[in-house]
Amino acid sequence: MPRSQAIALALLVAFIAAAPFILFPVYVMKVLCFALYACAFNLLLGYAGLLSFGHAAYFGMGSYLSAHAAKIWGFTPELAILTGGLTATILGTAFGYLAIRRQGIYFAMITLALAQMVYFFCVQAPFTGGEDGIQAVPRGALLGVLDLAPDFTLYWVVAGLFLAGFLFLYRIVHSPFGQVLKAIRDNEARAISLGYRSDDYKLLAFVLSAAIAGIAGGTKAIVFQIATLTDVNWPMSGEAVLMTLLGGIGTMFGPVVGALIIVTLQAELAQFGAWVTVIQGVIFVGCVLAFRRGVIGELQQAIRRPL
Amino acid sequence: MSELWYELEPFLQQGTLGLVNGAFYAILSLGLAVIFGMLNVVNFAHGAQFMLGAFVAWMLLNWAGIGYWGALVLAPLIVGLLGVVIERTMIARLYKLDHLYGLLLTFGLALIIEGTMRNAFGSSGLPYQVPEAFRIPPVDLGYMLMPAYRFWIVIVSLVVCFGTWYAIEKTKLGSYLRAAVERPQLVQAFGINVPLMMTATYGAGVALAAFAGVLAAPVYSVNPAMGANFIIIVFAVVVIGGMGSILGSIVTGYILGVIEGFTRVYYPEASATVVFVIMAIVLLVRPTGLFGRA
Repeated sequence: MPRSQAIALALLVAFIAAAPFILFPVYVMKVLCFALYACAFNLLLGYAGLLSFGHAAYFGMGSYLSAHAAKIWGFTPELAILTGGLTATILGTAFGYLAIRRQGIYFAMITLALAQMVYFFCVQAPFTGGEDGIQAVPRGALLGVLDLAPDFTLYWVVAGLFLAGFLFLYRIVHSPFGQVLKAIRDNEARAISLGYRSDDYKLLAFVLSAAIAGIAGGTKAIVFQIATLTDVNWPMSGEAVLMTLLGGIGTMFGPVVGALIIVTLQAELAQFGAWVTVIQGVIFVGCVLAFRRGVIGELQQAIRRPL
Repeated sequence: MSELWYELEPFLQQGTLGLVNGAFYAILSLGLAVIFGMLNVVNFAHGAQFMLGAFVAWMLLNWAGIGYWGALVLAPLIVGLLGVVIERTMIARLYKLDHLYGLLLTFGLALIIEGTMRNAFGSSGLPYQVPEAFRIPPVDLGYMLMPAYRFWIVIVSLVVCFGTWYAIEKTKLGSYLRAAVERPQLVQAFGINVPLMMTATYGAGVALAAFAGVLAAPVYSVNPAMGANFIIIVFAVVVIGGMGSILGSIVTGYILGVIEGFTRVYYPEASATVVFVIMAIVLLVRPTGLFGRA
């Protein structure tokens, strides 16, 4: 790990360790869940060059299945989150297989359309509870031993999960597999001519990304004890894009910063209702027109070190 | 015979009603295809501009006393003009970048438009009466009675779609347009103002969406979410048809509307998702889309 990234990681760990003493643990946990979600999305957009506009499907189904497993099946929280992650993995395999058949713009439209199909399914399926969602999900006890009902206890579990996910993604990006992904992103025809089966690489990246998005969604369901249609609807897909774009596409720490900014913004502006949507739109437009590198991307450019 | 007819009748009826939805799919996917062909931008704001068309019609009626027929002309002009401003000030800066940025920008615009309308009018929806001229007995098609306004939608959408197709494929202006799609630099060298054509194309595509919005106002309640619901289905339609062909996107739009209608007879629960399922099947069987070029 280059020194710039090592320092950034140390700062991130320090922030996560200090945060619950300064800020509301639930708020920080929300940031961490969305940060993991955005990081998973960034694996695709930033390192494989694939714009998925349907990550809400994996986040949302992860959320629903985790909530269902914890509440109805009585699973312990770690198994419930695993169930959500597994569901997202299966879904990601099927959808990824379909979506990688087309490139660029079409890929984005296909992922969006497939995710909307999942949304309509969730509107009708009885187990999701329709408009009410799955409420009063028990947080349970970790491994059946450690009671997670207190926010402060749960916080450390979520923090550990986030860091594990983040480091896992770091490992993927900086592995030989990750190098091939970047080659495909930059010049797919060339990668193919070098003997790499680009479709296999893209599919595996897609499945990994979906799986981690599902785990992020499942964790969110356990933290807030609720899974709703909001988790699976298209604006949730847009949020992953927005967080990554704002923080910096193709940077390790960008999506984390993006998630922090967007979640904070939503909390601060919650009282203004639909203006949140307008402001998110303005950020989108502003980023695309004048700030394409994002916060961390600009910083990276300024210090000339990878972040 | 009569027994077969008994089986067939609901099928025909729902299929015909499906043409109404298909009309909107056709006009919207046509607009998307025209814009994409010329600008290489997938206009995510297309749904929001469709919704804006419906809202402008409502505003014209309630604030200026201008009725349906006036709105049918004015709303596309107003929203189209807004499209021209958007193209000049924002989209034009992105032509040299990756196509994905165009999608992200117009997604942001869609959020701005939708959020603004929700702030101004709430999310519950506003009523827009069926215009006076159509409050007449339904049209008798032999196998069903079709409400006059819905019949009008199907007819006028066919006229607009094939009019647009004709303008692009058979007129001189259209030939410039097609040439500029293939070789913009060369066409520019012949003294044709390609940037102006791109602006006009975006404006026209947006106006088409707004026109569909006015048509939709009396059928669906005028509400900020109506655009988002449509645009995602239209994306699936475009994936199925392929954006390479104008005629292809029109035909696919109508066909999918009809299939959606059929589904309502056999398996109503799936009518919301059938278009997406068809998209998945088409991707498996013919990844380039029905009318797409490889």
